[in-house]
Amino acid sequence: MGQTRTRSNVNLVGLTKADYNGNPTTLCQGCGHNSIASQLIQVGFELSLRPHEIIKMSGIGCSSKSPAYFLGQSHGFNSLHGRMPSISTGALIANHHLRGIGVSGDGDTASIGMGQFKHLVRRNVRMVYIVENNGVYGLTKGQFSATAEEGLKLKYAGKNDLPPIDICMEAILAGCGFVARSFSGDAKQVRELLKAALSHRGTAVLDIISPCVAFNNEDWSPKSYAYGKQNELPLHEIGFVPKRDEIEIEEYAPGEMRQVELHDGSLIQLRKLESDYDPTDQMGALHRLQWAEQKQEFITGLIYYNPDRPSLAEVCNLGETPLAQMQEDKLRPRPEALAQYMQELSG
Amino acid sequence: MGVLLEPAPAAAPAVHPNPIVNDFSFVVATENGTGSQTANLTILRALFKMGIPVNGKNIFPSNIQGLPTWYHIRVSKDGYVARRHTSELLIAFNEATVAEDIKNVPAGGVCLFNADWRNVPTREDITLYSIPVNMFVRETGLKGKLGNYIANMVYVGAVAHLFGIPLDYIEDALRFNFGGRQKLVDSNMAVVRAAYDWSVANIVKVDPYAVSRMNETSGMIMMTGNEAAALGAIFGGVNFVAWYPITPSTSLVDAINEYLPRFRTDKTTGEVTCAVIQAEDELAAMGMILGAGWAGTRSMTATSGPGISLMAEFTGMGYFAEIPAVVWNIQRVGPSTGLPTRTGQGDIIFTYYLGHGDSKNVILFPSSIKECFEFGTTSFNLAEMLQTPVFVLSDLDLGMNNWMSEPFTFPDEPLQRGKVLSAEEVNSKGFARYKDVDGDGITYRTLPGNENPRSAWFARGTGHNEKAGYSERPEDWYNNMERLARKFDTARKLVPGPVVQRMAGAKVGIIAVGTTEYAIEEARDRLVAANLPTNFMRLRALPINDEVSQFVAEHEYVYVVELNRDGQLHSILITEMPHLATKLRSIAYLDGMPLTARWLVEAVEAAEAQQEVL
Ligand SMILES: Cc1ncc(C[n+]2csc(CCOP(=O)(O)OP(=O)(O)O)c2C)c(N)n1
Ligand code: SF4
Ligand SMILES: [Mg+2]
Repeated sequence: MGQTRTRSNVNLVGLTKADYNGNPTTLCQGCGHNSIASQLIQVGFELSLRPHEIIKMSGIGCSSKSPAYFLGQSHGFNSLHGRMPSISTGALIANHHLRGIGVSGDGDTASIGMGQFKHLVRRNVRMVYIVENNGVYGLTKGQFSATAEEGLKLKYAGKNDLPPIDICMEAILAGCGFVARSFSGDAKQVRELLKAALSHRGTAVLDIISPCVAFNNEDWSPKSYAYGKQNELPLHEIGFVPKRDEIEIEEYAPGEMRQVELHDGSLIQLRKLESDYDPTDQMGALHRLQWAEQKQEFITGLIYYNPDRPSLAEVCNLGETPLAQMQEDKLRPRPEALAQYMQELSG
Repeated sequence: MGVLLEPAPAAAPAVHPNPIVNDFSFVVATENGTGSQTANLTILRALFKMGIPVNGKNIFPSNIQGLPTWYHIRVSKDGYVARRHTSELLIAFNEATVAEDIKNVPAGGVCLFNADWRNVPTREDITLYSIPVNMFVRETGLKGKLGNYIANMVYVGAVAHLFGIPLDYIEDALRFNFGGRQKLVDSNMAVVRAAYDWSVANIVKVDPYAVSRMNETSGMIMMTGNEAAALGAIFGGVNFVAWYPITPSTSLVDAINEYLPRFRTDKTTGEVTCAVIQAEDELAAMGMILGAGWAGTRSMTATSGPGISLMAEFTGMGYFAEIPAVVWNIQRVGPSTGLPTRTGQGDIIFTYYLGHGDSKNVILFPSSIKECFEFGTTSFNLAEMLQTPVFVLSDLDLGMNNWMSEPFTFPDEPLQRGKVLSAEEVNSKGFARYKDVDGDGITYRTLPGNENPRSAWFARGTGHNEKAGYSERPEDWYNNMERLARKFDTARKLVPGPVVQRMAGAKVGIIAVGTTEYAIEEARDRLVAANLPTNFMRLRALPINDEVSQFVAEHEYVYVVELNRDGQLHSILITEMPHLATKLRSIAYLDGMPLTARWLVEAVEAAEAQQEVL
């Protein structure tokens, strides 16, 4: 497959970066979704993910097509519009050793799938839930989605009269312990957030503004490339340090850096930018999001983090063997058990 | 016959000159939410333990407390368990409905009512007995809700006297129903005994209805269809359940939850071998079981009509992406919310074709609790072998009422896991997800987690080629859909075949599914007595196989009997056997109640009369 393996181009599990490729994309050239797929390939390689331990999930939309374009050696499921959460919940409880990477759109999540989204987050299913948020329905040709800004005027969609739904806020309110916003034009931040999200214990929601070049890329639109490039306001500079690199952590002056330990022992380092933002304060996070919406600020970064809540698999009290790998010896009680019970009922 | 309010001397029930023994029906009219269910189940079980064939049917409202509810019990020495059109005896314990209820008692029948009521029911042509309920409750010192609960035991005591049920049987039944909690047994039994003693002293029995011990039920069990289905799933290897509560399916998942600790939890490690998730709605429940089925579990849900509606899109995806899952539909009466606590067979067409486009689904139709148990294994085996959603259509009557049965035996069928390739097999056999290697339309799959990099495939509801790649090519679409049709033909051979009962000289056939069986059997006995022998084929699954067309072809014509308005099974059979369409005649009816032999005999006789005119 693709690249020849040499000692220098393979990762810890002996795979080349090309091993993390998927099929060639069929999305529009320049679509924000494509750069997120590229970052997922890069992240898979850098983190030395074992492809068979990952499942790629999606709903329906341009965004939801993208699991076909990365990690071609992983199983995947392109499900129904708005229904990625339920399919993922079933799969990840059936085999709780798998990790889910889900790609949804703003229509897929914030309209048709809002109910399932909130319940997935509430259950804390262990997966990375990416919303490739472009403010429109790309695949049905440009209608406003529920995340479009109030008053926004677009060539095709006309004027949007309704207030936007904020995916990060919805996630926090549903109990999410890992909430981030990013911009597909900010490759480095997307990458670091993806890496950190993959270490999270439960659902990690990444609301990534991902411009639709076909229907929502006018310069004045807050979900355009130009706007994002000019106005992105990172809350901090993010660096992800996997557990095994512990020794290489740089020294920083006190107050300059926040360090957050993730569930698996890896770290997120948040280097302070103009003001200090505390991502472990839930009320503060909601307040900051509300403020940003009112001031039309495009904040990005790790908005909220709290690893305390157990994942659904933990709550379900699953043992070591995944349900999906159990065979007859575990799945069927002994004949004596039935005979005994029948005796009780008929005696 | 007349009102007997004067105390009479204590005596054993007078022996009626022409007693009617073990062959009558009675109905207990109460308010729901007052605990009368325990009293009814106690009587039912006592009769059952006396060796008499019985069946109880709860006709209850969609309400938690305070609305009328009726419990029908049929005792039948001949073993008939279908609902009867009339009940000879009325145990009237609901003042709000007694005026109406008493009208339904046939002449010569019996009514037992609460003597504390101000408006005493009257009817000249039936026997009336009464018992002062409050007196017994007062004696217990219990008030409010508990007092109401225990009040029901008063009619248990009175009925024991009237029918001649020895109190030992009542006590055993109480013990069974209270799961051995002796204190409850004692307090209830005290009321039963007091009411019994009072009845013996004060009620002189003049009606002919009585019970007497038989030996027809020894070694048998009694449970609801939903409990049996849950037990069947437990022994059929279920290991993922997602569901959303809806009557009349809720008690199925409740039973799974009750059985899991006993049967499917490792005693030493505490490891559970089945996850149960209460979903946010049926749409999500279906998504979850498909996600889990894709990942490799034997996954199921239980629901009813409205839930099936929500599962439509996912069912089509399960059919097309070819993912195993089992859906129990405990049918109630629709459309819409309809009659949520009544029974019917109105989802046959909807379920068979559920999903847009060319989709068709395998359906199993259990008619007994034994089959509910057996289909626990069969349904998962079919789902995993055929890699498709499999539906089991039960109904409220079977699911929620108590039925007698031979004890269940351990399933002969091993757990069939279908064509799943391991990491090594992907190398040795090669792998293309939708390639028909064996010619039976069933292709090979791999599960997520398979370490072979070549095992990965992308499940999708979009058009795909043999390698599960996205495709809009006309030939890919056509070929794949033809293969799915081939797979459906394979299903015909794998599903449980029909069960046939024949009578000598029969030229007329009957076809039906599910619980109409019991009224049909009884009706056939009456029809043959009136010189109309019939053969009866009970389908246990869709799609049908050749046996069905042979059966139809063998007869002059065949009545398709079902509990819905439009003759849904009839429509499907005509579609499947167009060349035999003129032989298939629909007898379809639905008012929410289980079918009775009387109605069916009349319907067949009317149809036969028309036949003669033609
Ligand atoms: C039940 C259902 N309704 C409608 C559609 C049509 N549909 C396909 S994609 C889509 C919107 C996708 O928007 P979004 O999730 O934002 O993804 P994008 O294409 O913008 O990435 C719609 C409405 C569908 N596939 N299924
Ligand atoms: S229509 Fe928009 S969202 Fe869809 S692929 Fe093109 S640019 Fe991307
Ligand atoms: Mg969109």
